[in-house]
Amino acid sequence: MILGIDVGGTHTDAVLIDHLRVLKKAKALTNPENLLSSLLEVTTELVDEATIDQLERVVLSTTISTNAIVQHKVDPVGIMAVSGPGLPPALLQIDSNTHILSGYLNHRGIEIATIDQEEASRIASRFRSEGIRNVGIIGKFSTRNPKQELELREIVRKLDHDPLQHVSLGHRMSGRLNFPRRIATAYLNEAIFRPYQRFVTQVLRFVHTRKITIPIYILKADGGTFDIAQSVEYPVQTILSGPAASIMGILATTGCGSDAIALDIGGTTTDIALFAAGVPLFEAFGVTIEGHRTLIRGLRTKSIGVGGDSVVRVREGRIFIGPEREGVAAACGGPFPTPTDAMIVLGMTVIGDAEKAAASLTPIAAALNCPVVEAARAIFDETCRKIAGHVRAVLDETNNRPVYTIHEMLEGKKLNPRTLYVVGGPAGPLAPELGRLLDCEAHIPIHAEVANAIGAALARTTAEMTLLADTERRTLTIAEEGFQTPIPPDFTMEDAIRIGREKLREKVLGMGAVEVEPEIEVVEAQEFNMVRDYHTSGKNIRVKVQVKPGCIADLRRGDVLCR
Amino acid sequence: MPLKPQKRTGLVFFPAFDWAISPCHPEREERLLYTQDQVFEEGLLDFDNIREYKPGIATAEDINRAHICVPDAGSVVTESHLISAGGAITAAEKVLSGEVDNAFALVRPPGHHAMLVVHGARGFCNVNIEAIMIEYIRHHYGPKRIAVVDTDCHHGDGTQDIYWNDPDTLCISIHQDGRTLYPGTGFRDEFGGPNALGATVNIPLPPQTSDVGFLMVLDRVILPILDAFKPDLIVNSAGQDNHYTDPITNMRFSAQGYALLNERLAPDICVLEGGYSIEKALPYVNVGIILAMAGLDYSHVREPDYDPLSLRQSPDITRAIEEEARAVMGLWRERHEMKRRVVGANRYMKRKKFIYYDTDGISERQEETVRVCDDCGGLVMIESVADTGNSVFAVILPGRCCPECRNDGELFFERTNRGKHIRVYFQDRERGVFLVK
Repeated sequence: MILGIDVGGTHTDAVLIDHLRVLKKAKALTNPENLLSSLLEVTTELVDEATIDQLERVVLSTTISTNAIVQHKVDPVGIMAVSGPGLPPALLQIDSNTHILSGYLNHRGIEIATIDQEEASRIASRFRSEGIRNVGIIGKFSTRNPKQELELREIVRKLDHDPLQHVSLGHRMSGRLNFPRRIATAYLNEAIFRPYQRFVTQVLRFVHTRKITIPIYILKADGGTFDIAQSVEYPVQTILSGPAASIMGILATTGCGSDAIALDIGGTTTDIALFAAGVPLFEAFGVTIEGHRTLIRGLRTKSIGVGGDSVVRVREGRIFIGPEREGVAAACGGPFPTPTDAMIVLGMTVIGDAEKAAASLTPIAAALNCPVVEAARAIFDETCRKIAGHVRAVLDETNNRPVYTIHEMLEGKKLNPRTLYVVGGPAGPLAPELGRLLDCEAHIPIHAEVANAIGAALARTTAEMTLLADTERRTLTIAEEGFQTPIPPDFTMEDAIRIGREKLREKVLGMGAVEVEPEIEVVEAQEFNMVRDYHTSGKNIRVKVQVKPGCIADLRRGDVLCR
Repeated sequence: MPLKPQKRTGLVFFPAFDWAISPCHPEREERLLYTQDQVFEEGLLDFDNIREYKPGIATAEDINRAHICVPDAGSVVTESHLISAGGAITAAEKVLSGEVDNAFALVRPPGHHAMLVVHGARGFCNVNIEAIMIEYIRHHYGPKRIAVVDTDCHHGDGTQDIYWNDPDTLCISIHQDGRTLYPGTGFRDEFGGPNALGATVNIPLPPQTSDVGFLMVLDRVILPILDAFKPDLIVNSAGQDNHYTDPITNMRFSAQGYALLNERLAPDICVLEGGYSIEKALPYVNVGIILAMAGLDYSHVREPDYDPLSLRQSPDITRAIEEEARAVMGLWRERHEMKRRVVGANRYMKRKKFIYYDTDGISERQEETVRVCDDCGGLVMIESVADTGNSVFAVILPGRCCPECRNDGELFFERTNRGKHIRVYFQDRERGVFLVK
């Protein structure tokens, strides 16, 4: 049995799943002051003394990190950034605790200027005197060579033996290139380190008191899981796992294997996501939260200000939906007419007081100079048109994403979804019309109201790894693993792929993967002859491997959940 | 540094990581690899005012507006050329539609050595991506006065050849003196065809010219001529081989210099040309140019081994450049009076050219005849014979063509039979018509 829990902003949802069957579902209001109490509430509802021994795993998707960042309940972080020439320092500042240090690596990871020990010690002491306990150390091109980041960590450690101090190193955050994002990622990792650590401690204490010994996993932004104990070092990986949970839930309940559109239509917003041949799409460079662009691999979702409770207005004879929400639908006592009221008037849904719904539409009908039912129809149509328009824009943007080789350019596969999945409150009434507008077959997955908890429950462990082999420098680097090893001059692409597979397998098993042979795929494999003075001096080999998001083994090969 | 107004800058980045002339050739897969690393690592694509676009793919029709390809466009290009020209077109599209304020096509392979008639590849170039872009702009957005400022270290002889007779396209090329570098042309007295005198301007610079020298030419020659020409669009053929680390040239330009030049020149569109110091120059020069175009602070961009003192140019070089600038401006001021002297009583003017395609090892002999005309660039006729055995004849009507030149041109095409030629071409740049017989 698997217990999946999604602690969302409003609700905490939970499901108990056994052999592809949802045995029980539970929903409770989230207590933002005490997430653990919400967790306990749903768990108690689903798991009793009899079932607790049958649990094989528990997966949690939590907003703890997201909330801490969005509500600015974060710790101050001292940033030591080794920039070298390039962007002006002013553009790299997170806040007044950001310091740009001397030192400089070039794009191949060759040290051009060394760090200044005295300067580093001075800044570290300053952090200490100001009570800053969390430090991020980030170097430009540190993913090519972590040397200077490691040296700085030694200096900081030597100066301060405080066990409360914690340091994040830029190169361990991600293997991707992007210095400003690396700074932001290390910053966030430290900023939420303590609140997240407290949460994990509470969860583990609870688990311990209940004598639960099974693995506990946490959902990441990329729709994959990792072991809760591992998550403590990398809390930033858990940001924005909420939308990822819903997408994984749709995947689990539909067995989607084709190009598809997934919509989660809520009261305030609609989240748009895309699947390419059944695999959810990633954000190109990393997810963005509160204006912080990060290197965190995350599922690509676009949130738009159209939902069931969006305010409806008429201006100059035209209907406008959202983007604000000023409360619930008028039928339920809200202050403004909403698309939900229109659907009630049209008899598509039965909620609240139908008379209040009709009354709220009267001024709209007057402004449009038509009967109320016609106004309701117009509101409904405009809601669908607006959502469909945004979906098309997201598709266009995805299909126009830059590529860098002639092969990719000519073979460039375009997404052409013919399937639409809709979850969320108004899914039933809206799905058929949205399907028509988008020329897709519309589906509402089973258990749609707890899709997020199902997604968490069934997500597999994911990871990616970036390898760079420079046969001229005779070095192989896997930055995010802190791994660097000498290689012979005749090292090949095949060698790099083999090592990548081995290392990634070790990694996901360490993260708690249940599959013995995880499905590893090579995402990128490029090899460049390095030519200096008209002869080949070496090869520059770049390989990226991943375990992509998907469901745990039980659910592969198109199996779906049944009732 | 005072805050500069930001601009919306489009970036078409196409490194063609799977295309090379040959494995060890300077024009190979690796060329833009480190530039991509640097652009990614600096996070340039995250700036709200910098947008990246996927290149389009140019068509044979696009090529036929700018070139006479022998025997046809499909035979002289590969996909890589179509994407590289398509990238330049995308950059132009984004600027002309107002989506961005300026754009940089960071694409390869380059194109500025490709001339009007194309029998093969020369100077690593098959087709001229700027000219294809310019004719695309005119075809879709109407006649425009366009200035091309070629800052590649090699003379932009292909672009010059294509627009030799066009008074509406100003071609300014600054480059290392042709007596010391390929292609061996680009002297002051190459000044445009009889109806377009002064629309071609060449400023050869001595080897070892540094930032000071380039910026002096910009201030004393390029900017004043642009002021007088009043172009609708400025295109920078942004070669990066004037850099002090370039392995196949001898200049001393720096990333700071390139950025400053682009800030002052303020081109609407930049198109990458040469530049083969792929590790030591390109990453820094390109970051500098992008930041300068976007109106962002580039003052911290610097090469690892940058030492302004060691890159200083000698007083002799400064004097030589000052003299060259003076001479070019003197010539340019006389451009209107020059026509009578050059043309005399001739109704048609002829020039003979010998063109060597170094990349493909082809030799071509060409005779170009232009109708002397006071109302337009003049009807052009070209007879071209290459040692591949291919011989062709072409009739070319200029953009903004006068009725007489049009009448004569149409008549010539009608009356010319294939005979010894494998093809006879008719290129009407004004109406975008391309006929072959």
